[in-house]
Amino acid sequence: MSAPMSNANTWTIAAAREALRKGEISAVDLTMACLTAIDAGDGLNAFVHKTPEIALEQARAADARLAAGDAPSMCGIPLGIKDLFCTKGVPSQAASNILRGFRPEYESTVTTRLFDAGAVMLGKLNMDEFAMGSSNETSTYGNAVSPWRRGNDTTALTPGGSSGGSAAAVAADLCLAATGTDTGGSIRQPAAFTGIVGIKPTYGRVSRWGIVAFASSLDQAGPMTKTVRDAAIFLQAMAGHDPKDSTSADLPVPDFEAALTGDIRGKKIGIPREYRLDGIPAEIDALWQRGIEMLRDAGAEIVDISLPHTKYALPAYYVIAPAEASSNLARYDGVRYGHRATLSAGEGIVDMYEKTRAEGFGKEVQRRVMIGTYVLSAGFYDAYYNRARKVRALIKRDFELAFAAGIDSILTPATPSAAFGLGEMASADPVEMYLNDVFTVTVNLAGLPGISVPVGLDAKGLPLGLQLIGRPWEEGDLLNHAYVLERAAGFVSKPAKWW
Amino acid sequence: MSIDIDTARKVAHLARIRVQEDDLPALARELSGILGFMEQLNEVDVTGIEPMVSVTPMRLARRADVVTDGNIQEQVLKNAPDAREGFFAVPKVVE
Repeated sequence: MSAPMSNANTWTIAAAREALRKGEISAVDLTMACLTAIDAGDGLNAFVHKTPEIALEQARAADARLAAGDAPSMCGIPLGIKDLFCTKGVPSQAASNILRGFRPEYESTVTTRLFDAGAVMLGKLNMDEFAMGSSNETSTYGNAVSPWRRGNDTTALTPGGSSGGSAAAVAADLCLAATGTDTGGSIRQPAAFTGIVGIKPTYGRVSRWGIVAFASSLDQAGPMTKTVRDAAIFLQAMAGHDPKDSTSADLPVPDFEAALTGDIRGKKIGIPREYRLDGIPAEIDALWQRGIEMLRDAGAEIVDISLPHTKYALPAYYVIAPAEASSNLARYDGVRYGHRATLSAGEGIVDMYEKTRAEGFGKEVQRRVMIGTYVLSAGFYDAYYNRARKVRALIKRDFELAFAAGIDSILTPATPSAAFGLGEMASADPVEMYLNDVFTVTVNLAGLPGISVPVGLDAKGLPLGLQLIGRPWEEGDLLNHAYVLERAAGFVSKPAKWW
Repeated sequence: MSIDIDTARKVAHLARIRVQEDDLPALARELSGILGFMEQLNEVDVTGIEPMVSVTPMRLARRADVVTDGNIQEQVLKNAPDAREGFFAVPKVVE
């Protein structure tokens, strides 16, 4: 590897694509730069299963394609893959003890598409167990650590969750980009906490096949990247109809990168008044105001809007998501894969189920499975689950009315605060942790695309992001709005390397 | 709605998660706290609103009712904690 290329792990996908096509670097050298950075980054606990042999084999294949002139955009691009994605022959545990040792015999649709496009898998990334968490503290692998610190304070901070390993890895330049998944904010919140870009596409845009299910009506996979352009390139390669996912939309995928014109003149940006919450730090409000001014300066029309059912999104989410999780996680019974408890003499199959699940699931997962079981149980189904689904319909209608009135996208804060310290929420009520999702869950409930863009730093030097919410299936427009915001914000800060 | 210890025990059993008797009071408190948070939903007027079934208005796709997969017994059993003679093995279920 030649010296000037040794920092190739810091490149964007767009820059790497150009360098690869021009032959200025090989996919193998680019991959080596990332593998070196990953080994030096063990202190972040982002990569939990490294796959250097697979990476180098894929990189050599990518170099052959590049040499033959057959090079899609993602050809030779080294990626991290969230542990929630099933990858053939490679541990895929959803960061859970109950799936320890599980090596899928199949490949998820998303990773299949990425590999078909020539992308390189560097390894599997840390996350909250079964994607249930907002701080990566529920992982069986231990905490992922943010590369960011509060100035000279060495307190270890959360990279957010559930896609915490993905966020830490991209922010620390261990890979060019990573896959994430988002059920209530799990791409957008960690992206905001680590100063990167993360987009949750419209529900149905990306196949869920082969991704360990949490809440099937809310889960969507998406890219976590260093720039908006990279998000467009990456999403293009992930998206598209898949007959193996019955909720996958049979719609053409437009050219997302071509949508990045930088022109949003005349577009109407909605500012929802219900997102102005009491007790939100002044810095978050100020950031939001700056974002509004940036979009106005770019020629957009700023419109105050109302999404009246916003305050009921979190309670509705915390009925619906655990209900679906309790059903989805019923499959972990110690019979077909993963952990099985050791039984004592005389113990039967029910003991096997109960002990297996008590040993295999962590506390937060157990809590959510039990809440879900309760709200679905006879006598409470109507009071909780059906009521939450009705409220969900109202939340979706709020957005539909705003879009019908001509709103093109909606600007909100991404998170109610900057990243907090690992362990700082340990004594908090579970509900306090759930508040992290206050600005993001509405988007999952309504099935809309949402993107988090880094816009500034707080007084302690930590990244803060804003969220843009788009019309269904209009990820191209949404990415273009985000591109304008990104250019105006000019966020270029990187964490100072301590790891 | 608050969850008492008996209800917590019942929910844990329904969820097939073993919870030690000593841990039930704390579990009941935690579940009650979360349910208390959900009570806010009772403030919403949902008269005449249908519960959402699908977030995108689409019909589920159909396909011909034919076999599309199979003959992969080895792969199916590959990750089983206990597989014998082509089957998943479990503790005796019927006396």
